[in-house]
Amino acid sequence: MTATVCLQREPFDAALVAAELTHGRSDAGALVTFTGICRGEENGEPIAALTLEHYPGMAEAEIERHVVEAVERWPLLGVTVVHRYGRILPGENIVLVATVSSHREAAFSAAEFLMDYLKTRAPFWKQVEKAGGKSWIEAKTIDDVAAERWAAPHRGREAAE
Amino acid sequence: MSMKLRYFAWVRERIGKPEETIEIPPDIATVGDLMTWLGSRGEEYAYAFKDARVIRAAIDQRHVRADAAIKDAREIAFFPPMTGG
Repeated sequence: MTATVCLQREPFDAALVAAELTHGRSDAGALVTFTGICRGEENGEPIAALTLEHYPGMAEAEIERHVVEAVERWPLLGVTVVHRYGRILPGENIVLVATVSSHREAAFSAAEFLMDYLKTRAPFWKQVEKAGGKSWIEAKTIDDVAAERWAAPHRGREAAE
Repeated sequence: MSMKLRYFAWVRERIGKPEETIEIPPDIATVGDLMTWLGSRGEEYAYAFKDARVIRAAIDQRHVRADAAIKDAREIAFFPPMTGG
């Protein structure tokens, strides 16, 4: 099992990062990658950029806790999460989740689980820049609902999500 | 007790600073008590904590509920619901 969590300001090449996960191994049967990209519009209005604020230290720790949980729940061979912070332009990558397993189900489920939790639990906040100024993006109820479906019935939730 | 507080996103903007170390009265037991007390410290704090129910908190970089005890905390953070990913 190889698990990598990387927070960075710089853009990244999603295909290159994903390829590193399977490079040189013959036990992998499935690689799932999800890349979140900065859209050029929000509510029908063009945007100039997104700025992601994060809580250094906690952001890494929180993502790592969820990677550990994913590894416990699914038979994964590798996981990589890359999340950017700072100013991000339309068309640039924001986040990458890549999972490797012998069979596709584990890789699909773990990638979806990680993304749903990143959206609601990882301490990042998006601010959008438009012609009229800057504003904070509001959290969506639909993201909470998506994360909630992964809550294991035998585990207590330690926080208010 | 003296405690380091950190603020993020619009909580930070409303209070006007990213962090501070302040002396907290001994009768403040929980994160919820702390939010109420902070909200009474001035206009900018009142604005930041006016809808305290939506504000999330972390103690020593772990998510906690409003009823969490702050007794052994080194660092407490307040922030809006997260919008990463």
